[in-house]
Amino acid sequence: MSEMEKISGTGVYVQGNDIDTDRIIPARFLKCVTFDELGPSLFHDVRFDEQGNTKSHILDNPNYKGAQILISDANFGCGSSREHAPQAIQKFGLKAVVAGSFAEIFHGNCTTLGIPCVTMEKSDREKLARLTLDDPSADIIIDIKALKLVCANNIFDIQMKASAREAFLANSYDPLDTLLVAAADVAQTAKRLGY
Amino acid sequence: MAKNLYQKIWDDHVVRQLDSGQYQLFIALHLIHEVTSPQAFGMLKDKGLKVAYPGRTFATVDHIIPTDDQSRPLADEMAEKMIQVLSDATSEAGIEFFPPESGSQGIVHVVGPELGLTQPGMTICCGDSHTSTHGAFGCIALGIGTSQVRDVLASQTIAMDPLKVRRIRVEGALQPGVSAKDVILHIIRTLGVNGGVGYAYEYAGSTISNMSMEERMTVCNMSIEGGARCGYINPDDTTFAYLRGRERVPEGDAFDVAVGKWRAYASDEDAKFDDEVVIEARDIRPTVTWGVTPGQAISVEENVPDPDHAEGLDKSLISDALNYMQLTANQPIKGTKIDVAFIGSCTNGRLSDFREVARLIEGRKVAKNVKAIAVPGSEKVDKAARALGLHTIFEQAGFEWRKPGCSMCLAMNPDKLVGDEVCASSSNRNFIGRQGSPTGRTILMSPIMVAAAAIEGAVADVRTTFNLEQTS
Repeated sequence: MSEMEKISGTGVYVQGNDIDTDRIIPARFLKCVTFDELGPSLFHDVRFDEQGNTKSHILDNPNYKGAQILISDANFGCGSSREHAPQAIQKFGLKAVVAGSFAEIFHGNCTTLGIPCVTMEKSDREKLARLTLDDPSADIIIDIKALKLVCANNIFDIQMKASAREAFLANSYDPLDTLLVAAADVAQTAKRLGY
Repeated sequence: MAKNLYQKIWDDHVVRQLDSGQYQLFIALHLIHEVTSPQAFGMLKDKGLKVAYPGRTFATVDHIIPTDDQSRPLADEMAEKMIQVLSDATSEAGIEFFPPESGSQGIVHVVGPELGLTQPGMTICCGDSHTSTHGAFGCIALGIGTSQVRDVLASQTIAMDPLKVRRIRVEGALQPGVSAKDVILHIIRTLGVNGGVGYAYEYAGSTISNMSMEERMTVCNMSIEGGARCGYINPDDTTFAYLRGRERVPEGDAFDVAVGKWRAYASDEDAKFDDEVVIEARDIRPTVTWGVTPGQAISVEENVPDPDHAEGLDKSLISDALNYMQLTANQPIKGTKIDVAFIGSCTNGRLSDFREVARLIEGRKVAKNVKAIAVPGSEKVDKAARALGLHTIFEQAGFEWRKPGCSMCLAMNPDKLVGDEVCASSSNRNFIGRQGSPTGRTILMSPIMVAAAAIEGAVADVRTTFNLEQTS
């Protein structure tokens, strides 16, 4: 079984449509040459004021400490292509994102890093969000193979991009090794196109 | 079988299908910069890999470069380090690098086209979402993340799912005072910020055909703001005339051969599209954003929306955006006071943008209390503008004329809003905190609308500020 077939943990709901990657990680934190230190800056300006005082964001609520599944709304991750956004999500300790829909570059970046992005119907998503708001310790299991999400005795249908699901089930979500295998075909393509 | 441009380029560049169902796509041109690419070289090193096709990657610095004093070492140590890492990595790999004062440095999406590196029929990648700009030449131009930058460096390919194609036909003549920026803001406003998810946008119709290459770049640039992974315009005589004589474009007979090849990439007349939308140019007015996404836009004649007329999450999105912008439901956007005016960016930092503004602001003055800056998109734009004396016109009007870079579009350099300042901006994103202050406020608009706002000290209608003739 692929290590990515099932993901479990508690959830945290960050509300809002069109949450952009500038909000996930403001540009000033992009001044770095590695991604290692990005975790604490996740959603920085939503969580802290300009003096660095907490704004009591849900991610800083002790009840949600250790949450592993981020739940949000439509068009999550829109805007800049910065991989710093999914890197910050991963380094913060989150393992998967459930949303209404995803912006494509963000989705691709998450997949390559091994962060499954799954979508749920609005009514189901609202119910899931409510479950985590009522009981922050409610366990969630995302079953990528069965395309189900289980939380507090509720079983929800989830959707995933087919190619991403295949890649997670085959443990080949980082495509680099696969791409390198075809070096000879790549060279031929380059030659055929006159590049 | 008839094909559209997207299908033709895709079919040409597919290496093979992968087990996941995705395709391995050959990348003809790879552009890199100092923010999203140095990490990729580290990843290669960790895996013991080399750059496979160094001649197909080009590098410059744009995001963090200061626009006042660019002398090295830069005052900001981390900025200096990022440039140094990129410089070392490209030199080690044999990748051509355009640093400041090379004569070719600038915003990566300005540099590629002006050097003629960007050519019709190419697949183009860059670790930057505004790579869609290059689609103006008839390319599949994709923004990618750092891991994919690594993939391109190591294999000159990426793994990708094919996109659907939506043709957006814009038909008719634009009214005076309405520019390419208004066209794309109007499209995003109409189709939504996620309306393009899963699609490539083909921009077509008489309005688009009549646009210059620089106007076309403005339109394609903001495709990503409408959720589309890329946007393109079919190559035509305007495209070829722009490319002729550029530094990296073939000359003489080879140019004619290239034109034949390029022309063949244009969508066939009977090509099929997954969706089609028609927009009438006469419906487009000078457009500005009022909220915190590029889709939260209205014409300058309109009032900002009222959350009481919306439902559910939309209601909270509108009221949150109005609160952040410190606007009241139903108030006119015109007259909203501004503190800063910014003309520049990969959306509107090209020669024609500055020329058009200079024509209007000559002999006029920026309002007191407005800080106005003009940032050319590249060293070549700067040089050409200076040769025309445009920088003097800007300076006499009260603008600061800066050195090239991304500057206040994303404020990774010292050009930032302070506190809750309001900026009339020719850039592409009005996200919360985008211009460097967590409470800063951005109002997106065309460069000539920024000029009008700078002069009036408030959001203004370019048509009245500069007495532009109205046709209907």
